[in-house]
Amino acid sequence: MSAAPFRVETTEGKPRLSFAGPLRTEQAAALWQAAHRARPRGDALLLDAGEVTELDSAGAALLVSLAGDGVEWIEPRAEAARAALARFRQGLGAPRPPAPRNGFRPVSAVGGAVLGTLAAWREKLAFLGETTLAGLRLIPRPWALRWAEVQRHLDEAGTRAVPLCVLLGTLIGVILAFQSSIPMRRFGAEIFIPQLVGISLTRELGPLLGAVILAGRTGSAYAAELGTMRVNEEVDALRIMGLDPVAWLVLPRIVAAMLVMPVIALVMSFTGLIGMAIVMATLGFPPPAVTAQLVQWMDLEDLAGGLGKAAAFGLAIGYIGCRAGLSAGNGPRAVGDAATAAVVGGIIALVVLDGIFAVLFFRLGW
Amino acid sequence: MGAPAGAEAVITAEGVAMRFGARTVFRDVSFSVRRGEVFVILGGSGCGKSTLLKLLIGLHPPSAGRIAVLGAEWGDLGGAARRALLRRIGVMWQSGALLGSLTLAENVMLPIEAHTTLPEEARRLIALSKLGLVGLGDAADRLPAEISGGMMKRAGIARAMALDPEILFLDEPSAGLDPITSAGLDALILSLARQTGTTFVVVTHELQSILAIGDRCIMLDKEAQGLIAEGDPKALRESATHPVVRAFFRREAPAEAGAAGG
Repeated sequence: MSAAPFRVETTEGKPRLSFAGPLRTEQAAALWQAAHRARPRGDALLLDAGEVTELDSAGAALLVSLAGDGVEWIEPRAEAARAALARFRQGLGAPRPPAPRNGFRPVSAVGGAVLGTLAAWREKLAFLGETTLAGLRLIPRPWALRWAEVQRHLDEAGTRAVPLCVLLGTLIGVILAFQSSIPMRRFGAEIFIPQLVGISLTRELGPLLGAVILAGRTGSAYAAELGTMRVNEEVDALRIMGLDPVAWLVLPRIVAAMLVMPVIALVMSFTGLIGMAIVMATLGFPPPAVTAQLVQWMDLEDLAGGLGKAAAFGLAIGYIGCRAGLSAGNGPRAVGDAATAAVVGGIIALVVLDGIFAVLFFRLGW
Repeated sequence: MGAPAGAEAVITAEGVAMRFGARTVFRDVSFSVRRGEVFVILGGSGCGKSTLLKLLIGLHPPSAGRIAVLGAEWGDLGGAARRALLRRIGVMWQSGALLGSLTLAENVMLPIEAHTTLPEEARRLIALSKLGLVGLGDAADRLPAEISGGMMKRAGIARAMALDPEILFLDEPSAGLDPITSAGLDALILSLARQTGTTFVVVTHELQSILAIGDRCIMLDKEAQGLIAEGDPKALRESATHPVVRAFFRREAPAEAGAAGG
């Protein structure tokens, strides 16, 4: 690289900025700051690129950025350099992106946000209506549901989740029994541990933890799968073929989630009880003592209430996952956003539903 | 085979074969691409055009044979040398392959940032110029999700051109574009090839494009598992003897008249 490929001088009372030799990316990168600093202010400037022998896009960018508007030029004499400069200008001569409209407009910003929120809620409501109607239409003729699809989702959401549920359920049972044994021992009340762990598992923790597993494993998978289908226009294609995407895609998934959720809750509760029994055995209570306690203190309503709750959780998670997927935007990021929305929405719905059930069961005296 | 005298070969392939497991895509493919020409790889779907392109840009090693690009074989190159060679080529992917989280201008600025020390202002100016050349000047600040498939493709070409590469690889550039944009793209390719000496390797089956821009072409065939023709596309259209080559050029015979002059 030559030492000083540009010169600033004054000819006939006018400042003149001249370049010579090759002006390629390397030179442009090295010279950029220096050339902009050396450039005389104002438009009364002659930009002399006559001696430039080689020019690429970066060199052309340097010349064009130095020139600004209305500066007098001497074009490169070398044919290839002149063509490169012309092509660069041709590209820049095309319509430019509109300048971003800046400025703080509180009223329109607030208004836009409110309208956007209302529109989003309206869409949510419409989807809820569509799904409910499709579900109701299914009641008189349940064979219209795509049961093969339901089976596939039962397998994916249920069978394949069993190992995780067994692991988590056992550990929760062990932990609950062990932690509660510490304060209970003080009062010699360790014999009541099965009752404590049994009731909290079947009524509360089994369904809740199972639903968190379902939201993380299945709700996000629904959202990602349906979101990708939407991006690939598969959902539109279904609609155009006269098939209702809700009946075709959403209902099998929701039904599968609803059917699978009580099973998951049952597995969680049962393995949790086994974990508790193991801890009890180490504390000196043999299994018959544990089962006697359970039989004495728990009834079927505890289990039935928990399993009913689990089905409701499954419905909510399946619904929220499908809605997140079908309302996804375009592009790969939208699919990720939809999966996130499915998990977050699913867990929030769980907590809210669980609260409602708690109040309901309390009022009903269950 | 009708080579412009004196032009050096920028790509040479010798006895290249590609197998996936037991399936042979093609074998014994040999050709060379000379500096400044527009070299077209054509063939029906499934014949391995895009696979061959991936071998040429060093994405996969060939199962057999040698490929040299600008005098170097991809397999021999370590980190810095590989980077230096990557800076000298540009690739336009079939679907554009734009990064979804960046605007079009940022997508075009990406390779410039990776390979040069130019300041942001310079990168942006170059990106705007390249996008302007493909007719996307006013869409520079939009995200890929907000534009059509054809626009993504053109933005992919702008990104491939960002560093003024010596060789531009284009995978199906005109598929999915309207005829006017497609013709504009052909004109851009021709002007770049003639004015800057940029070499083009174009995978396509758009007959009009092939006849308008192609200096030389090779044709791959699925049945033959290799090359069935090589030469000037216009000459092939007139005098090819291989039935598949003749069918390829003849099937779209009505389209030829307009493109022959280009």
